[in-house]
Amino acid sequence: MNEQVEEFRRKMAAGEVSARDFIEVVARHNHNGLIGSRYVDEGENWIELALDYDVKLVGDRDSGILASGPITSMCDMAAGLAISKTSGRFLMTVTIDLRADYLRPAKVGNAVHGRMECYRCTRNVAFVRGHAHDGDPGDPIAQITGTFMFLAPLS
Amino acid sequence: MIRLPPYGEALGIEPIRDEHSRLVLKLPFGNHVSGRPGFLHGGAIAGLLEIAGIMSLYDQLGEDDRPQVKPITVTTDFMRNGFPKMTYAAGIITRSGRRMANVESFAWQDDESKPIAASRMNLLLVRK
Repeated sequence: MNEQVEEFRRKMAAGEVSARDFIEVVARHNHNGLIGSRYVDEGENWIELALDYDVKLVGDRDSGILASGPITSMCDMAAGLAISKTSGRFLMTVTIDLRADYLRPAKVGNAVHGRMECYRCTRNVAFVRGHAHDGDPGDPIAQITGTFMFLAPLS
Repeated sequence: MIRLPPYGEALGIEPIRDEHSRLVLKLPFGNHVSGRPGFLHGGAIAGLLEIAGIMSLYDQLGEDDRPQVKPITVTTDFMRNGFPKMTYAAGIITRSGRRMANVESFAWQDDESKPIAASRMNLLLVRK
């Protein structure tokens, strides 16, 4: 399975596959397969993914509210793709840090969407921000910011 | 021992006590926590750190005090690559008050003094 993912990464780097196709293959494997994020939409410098409600992703048994981890995972993946939109290339990045501010809990049963935009790319570092919502983008559940480093500095 | 949340079970986390009876979470490697080939997924590490922080807080509060814990801010710093091997995590309760708890957690593989990632959480505690 990893060969297929690697082939997709190579094609992404060559600009031969869309972010949508990439997500649809990658999201079926590994940790992304466990959380099951899916493609929703994209723009010039942003990507939106979504995570369907799943009881195995719950962080608090009594309330049934999703754990923070899967939301972070989804936003991390969306951020990586948003960076490729802004830099114009699909490059390997590593997360330096990611912060989520939870404005309110997600409604139990609702899918959680994560929209991340890359608003600045330097030679070494990409800066991202975004939000997560559970149906109404005007009423977000979380505000997210992060920084990423390119595995090889941009030339 | 405290019961793991469903997401902790899905990740395959195992809680143990170390020689100082500190609560430590073990995350065995598997496909479901892998990212790009040969590396642990950052999201799985973030999930492990979150659960380590919250479980350590419950552990310190004791069985008779079980507030609902609501994460307000969660910041995760990634310091080193995670490799396909056992990962450990433990939490430090910096402050635990009536309404807020400030919790840090660290994840490591071979050497605790070389963490692969850390998280800082500010948690709202709701007691009925």
